[in-house]
Amino acid sequence: MNWKFDINRNTFEIIMKICKPAIITAILLLGSLPASARSSQPATLQPAIIQPDQSGEAILRKVDQNLSSKNRVFESTMIINGRRSTRSVTSKSWSEGDKKSFSEYLSPAAEAGTKMLKLEGQLWIYTPSADRTIQISGHMLRQSVMGSDLSYEDMMDDRKLTDIYDSKVTGKDTLQGRDVVVLELTARLTDVAYHRQKMWIDAERFVPLRQEMYAKSGQLLKRMELSNVERIQGRWFPKTMIYKDMLKEGKGTEFRITKIQFDAAIPEHIFSKASLR
Amino acid sequence: MEWLSIKLAFRNLMGSGKRTWLNVTVLSIAFVVIVFYNGLLDGWNLQAKRDTKAWETGSGRIDHVLYDQFDPLSLVDAHAPLGDMLKAEIESGRAVAVLAVQASAYPNGRMVNVLLKGIDPAQKTLLLPTAALDSGRVEGDPAIPVIVGDRTAKSAKLKEGDVMIVRWRDVNGTFDAREVRIAGIFKTTVPTVDGGQLWMPLEDLREMTSLYGEATYLVLSDEVIASGDFDSTGVLSGEWRYVDENALMKEIDDIIKTKRASSMIMSMLLLGIALLAIFDTQILSIFRRQKEIGTYIALGMTRLRVIGIFTIEGTVHSILAILLGLIWGMPLLKLIQYVGLPMPAGTDQVGLAIADKIVPAYSAGMIMASVVLVIVTSFIVSYIPARKISKMKPTEALRGKLL
Repeated sequence: MNWKFDINRNTFEIIMKICKPAIITAILLLGSLPASARSSQPATLQPAIIQPDQSGEAILRKVDQNLSSKNRVFESTMIINGRRSTRSVTSKSWSEGDKKSFSEYLSPAAEAGTKMLKLEGQLWIYTPSADRTIQISGHMLRQSVMGSDLSYEDMMDDRKLTDIYDSKVTGKDTLQGRDVVVLELTARLTDVAYHRQKMWIDAERFVPLRQEMYAKSGQLLKRMELSNVERIQGRWFPKTMIYKDMLKEGKGTEFRITKIQFDAAIPEHIFSKASLR
Repeated sequence: MEWLSIKLAFRNLMGSGKRTWLNVTVLSIAFVVIVFYNGLLDGWNLQAKRDTKAWETGSGRIDHVLYDQFDPLSLVDAHAPLGDMLKAEIESGRAVAVLAVQASAYPNGRMVNVLLKGIDPAQKTLLLPTAALDSGRVEGDPAIPVIVGDRTAKSAKLKEGDVMIVRWRDVNGTFDAREVRIAGIFKTTVPTVDGGQLWMPLEDLREMTSLYGEATYLVLSDEVIASGDFDSTGVLSGEWRYVDENALMKEIDDIIKTKRASSMIMSMLLLGIALLAIFDTQILSIFRRQKEIGTYIALGMTRLRVIGIFTIEGTVHSILAILLGLIWGMPLLKLIQYVGLPMPAGTDQVGLAIADKIVPAYSAGMIMASVVLVIVTSFIVSYIPARKISKMKPTEALRGKLL
């Protein structure tokens, strides 16, 4: 498409070049998973099978308790499935709650050394080749990025799901060979990205195995498939996620956590702009 | 006496034979090329402005103060409800409102960034074939009719009747998605109403985005401009600003100015080669005709008069070159004007209105300016070598020992 973006074209191009966008988004997405209620309490270990009369909100809270931690340090591989080729990018990330996150790319060589910092709804990217730090503004966060299935905004909304959605249990199902309950979330506020969401939650482990985001019109927009659930430091955690833009052709983008540690001692300076250089 | 100088100059020039005609031919080529380049740029300028006005800008525009057509990110906030005065202009058919919103379209499973532009299907201010937005609506089909330019259709592999999903954010930032149907594909020389833009009925876009009664900008017709309603400050509220035709055409003016500068360099190089030949001829002529110069002075001519004869002799090259240029150049330039100069595919990717063929425009003023340029520069290069005559002693000149 031919655009006339002259005034901000340079800035935009620099950002696009620097960000290697899907990578960035994926790492932040993993860092903030799940984007729901937060608790620093460790996960519950008892086999708390979902009760028939349990409310959607209570289930969401249990999911949050299971998946959240005070902080986490992890290494991940992102597999970007393009139209013609597939490539992998590895990175190491540190995150605290879902408001603070810092990532550094490890490979491939072209991306190595690029760093990204998310602090209280703001995002900065540093690229070693240009030796520049750029802040991605609120408007730019709305851009979808370089044909990937992700956009910056997908990981920037750090409000609790329980704060912005009304939830109710709409049914039971079987997914990945496990019993799941289906939760339907409807926005109770107007300024949310997705008016409606659906979540398939493992009835025993309280881990979402699938999440779908819908437009106001009811059109399915995005789908996340979570799998490879493992017990790590006393909590169930999905180590693989496939994020797919349902309006596009293709296999989506896959994220695999290769190493993760919860509640580690992370020095405070990690989450500062000084860490970018 | 002056007549004598001119007569002498012509006789001497004709006496030089081939050397004179070689100089005149080279200078005539430079002259014709200068006229051609300037005509080409003037033709492009006229065409670009005429088409941009007809397809995009009208005779003026009223923009939301935050609207920057080169910054799509400004669109998020660049919209507001129309006041009574603006509504009256739209209802009278003298202006048309446009609402612009960023979106993503999914043609054939690919995602492309697009600009959704809402416009009244009944408008007559712009050449956009918006009537197709009404006629293209299919009974019982929820898909919204849109029209696109042929560049957009080609790059997204779309054809008339195709349906695709468009995703956008409403005023609150919530995603929404609907199907749109290609109701028409238009061809325009103005890429800025085409590239990545989907034109749809204004009321549909307002409903989709919850921006009821709002617009991003208004395109004004000639009648509004003639009435002078908006060109005084204070008429519009703080949310709107009037942009006149000159400001809207500034981009075209700027690029033409740049192109003119670069073409001037090329023309000057060519002219310089021709003038260098005249300069050399003058030097050679003064060297070989020392006895003649001495005789003129001995017979009572002032040195200034002799310099004048030689300067006129050099300058006459340019007059002959212009005459020769008119003889062979005029039919050629007229032919190019008649058939047009085809532009290579993709030339309009620079974002300016460029037709498939540019028709050069040769104005009398431009031709006169080129004539004056050639004559004045020839005069200067003829005069410089002739100045040596003023230092001549007639006795030595007569013996040919001066230089």
